[in-house]
Amino acid sequence: MGAIYKRELSGYFNSAIAYVVLAVFFFFSGFFFYNYCFMRDSNSLSYVFGNMFYIIMFIIPVLTMKTFSEEKRQKTDQALLTSPVSLTEIVLGKFLGAFTVFAMCCGIFLVYAVIISFFAQPQWSVVLCTLLGILLLGAAMIAINVFISSLTESMVVAAVVGMAAGLVIETVGYFVSLISVEWISTALSKLDFTTYYTNFTYGILSATDVVFYLSVTGLFLFFTVRVLERRRWS
Amino acid sequence: MALSKAAMGAASRCQCDNLMKFYKKCYQNQNVCVTMYFGIKCRITCQGVKQMIEVKNLTKRYGKIKAVDDISFTVDTGEVLGFLGPNGAGKSTTMNIITGYISSSSGTVTVDGCEILAEPKKTKQKIGYLPEIPPLYVEMTVRKYLEFMFDIKRVKLPKKEHIDEVMHLVGLDNHGKRIIKNLSKGYRQRVGFAQALLGNPPVIILDEPTVGLDPKQIIEIRKLIKNLGRKHTVIFSSHVLSEISATCDRIIIIADGKIIADAKADELSSALSNERRLVVTAEGKASDIAAEIKKIPGVLKVKRNGASSDKATTFDVEYKPGADIRRDVFNAMARIGCPILEMKSGGESLEEMYLRLTENSKGGEE
Repeated sequence: MGAIYKRELSGYFNSAIAYVVLAVFFFFSGFFFYNYCFMRDSNSLSYVFGNMFYIIMFIIPVLTMKTFSEEKRQKTDQALLTSPVSLTEIVLGKFLGAFTVFAMCCGIFLVYAVIISFFAQPQWSVVLCTLLGILLLGAAMIAINVFISSLTESMVVAAVVGMAAGLVIETVGYFVSLISVEWISTALSKLDFTTYYTNFTYGILSATDVVFYLSVTGLFLFFTVRVLERRRWS
Repeated sequence: MALSKAAMGAASRCQCDNLMKFYKKCYQNQNVCVTMYFGIKCRITCQGVKQMIEVKNLTKRYGKIKAVDDISFTVDTGEVLGFLGPNGAGKSTTMNIITGYISSSSGTVTVDGCEILAEPKKTKQKIGYLPEIPPLYVEMTVRKYLEFMFDIKRVKLPKKEHIDEVMHLVGLDNHGKRIIKNLSKGYRQRVGFAQALLGNPPVIILDEPTVGLDPKQIIEIRKLIKNLGRKHTVIFSSHVLSEISATCDRIIIIADGKIIADAKADELSSALSNERRLVVTAEGKASDIAAEIKKIPGVLKVKRNGASSDKATTFDVEYKPGADIRRDVFNAMARIGCPILEMKSGGESLEEMYLRLTENSKGGEE
């Protein structure tokens, strides 16, 4: 797993992907930071974090689009699948590689918090809690998009489907209010990523939110392993 | 048999040499391979008549199509086996199943006593595989790539030395820092080859390793495969016959997912051709010559061969196996005054045999 993780990470930085993702992330977070904290003299990063939710939905498909689709297209999966590593190790290695790049993106929030500390006392507990939230959200989205990438041979398809999935996840909240059948709307509202994430941005750390994101992550990584396994048997 | 590390730990180089001599003596009658690692560690493998790979009733279905249909064969230790067949015959599928890339619909594969489905990790460690398209991460440098493959294969040898050794073996010295993307096809193939050799696996499987290489590279790769056969069990596939007959001990011909021939390379051609064709070129009237040859006892068929000049005509003469008609032909031609310009045995070439066999199997299906 270590070797796959290392290769994955170096793969991101040997291609433009990691730099593009980092740049886009820094640009938008910097813009929101300037807009909400500087222009309005606020010491709260909540708005910045809240808005980054939408950016993340679009950035993660780009980050993960290559993970399995490109391996399949270039036939490099033959090297992985015929070497003595288990599918779980392959999936975890790739997941952690993408997650590390994402974590690097999120590191910028600490910088913002430090910048605030020059002018005012930042709410460190809220910042750290939100940072945990954004990392968990990222992990869940990466797992979903890695799964999507494992379904196709084309990274463009993987990226587009991933972004569409991101849009659906974003807008689940709106659909909830439109559906009159109560049990469906309740079920949907429980799947709304935004509500769980918003809790974090308020500095509320609850087990429900953490468990939600962790289980989504685990579930989709498990699905990915199953997809790879199934492909072998088909 | 293997000596434990602890026992060998204390052994000096000199003792090790003696041990090697000793074991070679003990196992004189069997083919003993003694491998030395840096003078101290010593591995002794005893290669009696042992099956390295056993494939049993292998079938792979894609929907209703059977890509591989009930294939069974075994490969002995140290043997070089050639897999021959037209494109789409099931060569790659069979190899992919043996290496564990895809699973079979039914049937088993055993490599060195390990079954691929029961102990996938252990089995995969015993196999080095070069697929049809070398599985290269093109954005990496050659050395980085080989280091990665070294790691995921969990090779226990000293990393730098081993990679150097393998790179030297396939002729990649001084290419370590090149990015694979910028390499020519021949060199990419070598990197793929190097990757398959990492960790000195007992079994090496090569899927059409010479496709797309220039003649010089093909000869080099063939030489390499032949050398590998001494220490490793090799299976390699090709649809080029001359290549297989030049490098392999044994040939298996596959067509439409079935084995249609399995024999030693030289046996295959002699057993199937069996001296039953003669090519005769004689000067004179074609119809007379043909009529005269037909009279000779033992002749089954006389056919005019396309390659004829104005005066001379060439005939393909088919005769009963075992009947030597060369003298009779000479006498007959002398009698009618048609001088023989050329007469040669038209023993079926491997190419012809291969075509005939693969055609036959198709005819049988339809």
